[in-house]
Amino acid sequence: MNNFTPFSALLGGIIIGLSVVFYFYSTGRLAGISGIFENAMTGTSKRLSNLAFLLGLVIGPLIYFNFIASTPVAFNITHSYLLIIPGGFLVGFGTRLGGGCTSGHGICGIGRLSVNSIIATGIFVAVGMVTVTILQQFGVYL
Amino acid sequence: MNDKSISLLCGIIFGIGLVISGMTNPEKVIGFLSITHNWDASLIFVMGGAIITAGPFFYFFRNKEFSALGDKINLPAKQNIDKKLILGSSLFGVGWGLVGLCPGPAISALATFDPITLVFLLSMAAGVLVKKNTIK
Repeated sequence: MNNFTPFSALLGGIIIGLSVVFYFYSTGRLAGISGIFENAMTGTSKRLSNLAFLLGLVIGPLIYFNFIASTPVAFNITHSYLLIIPGGFLVGFGTRLGGGCTSGHGICGIGRLSVNSIIATGIFVAVGMVTVTILQQFGVYL
Repeated sequence: MNDKSISLLCGIIFGIGLVISGMTNPEKVIGFLSITHNWDASLIFVMGGAIITAGPFFYFFRNKEFSALGDKINLPAKQNIDKKLILGSSLFGVGWGLVGLCPGPAISALATFDPITLVFLLSMAAGVLVKKNTIK
């Protein structure tokens, strides 16, 4: 575990948790990003608010990169379209079919002690681990 | 503040949290999913930190009927665990494992200006639209 960064992970998680709480308290909605993404594209109510949240998700990192970070922030991603295109499609399709993603099920749902969300999170984490392990058997790392 | 400006502010705070947590970097997420090889447990601390922060507030607000802005609160109703939840979460898990991006970090990753993130997002949007137009 030579890349383990528990302190920044915990700090980032607490900040995300505060955003989730403030969003829920103010608007009454859960900060599940896949749902916000769908509403921003096809929703009939609060569409601009959902778009504003997504815009914030891009602005936040830009603020961090330019005014807060003292060193460049790492970003390493595969550039294989064979992974990117099916990966993106399955993330979009799967999160909407399953009713949530890492934020909606993983944070809001577990935070509310929803049994469905605990099971959903267990499934996508386990399947993600199996997927990565299989890819590694074929020599695909990252 | 109105709904739009609060949503924007919450998105900004969420995005800053994501970057600080390291989860906008697919390498960190793949490191967590890589359970048999050089495992990186950081993601547990991100989710744990967020859940421990938000959980008590959700409990405290559990009987709230209206938000601070005055909207009726409609939380997801208790549902049976069905095929959609299991199949959907499984497919999401495959996609997550292929690239190391879930919806939040996928959007925040636009801030890196790497064009590949746009390809991922367009594919994700296609997945959302196909689901919406094929399954109730």
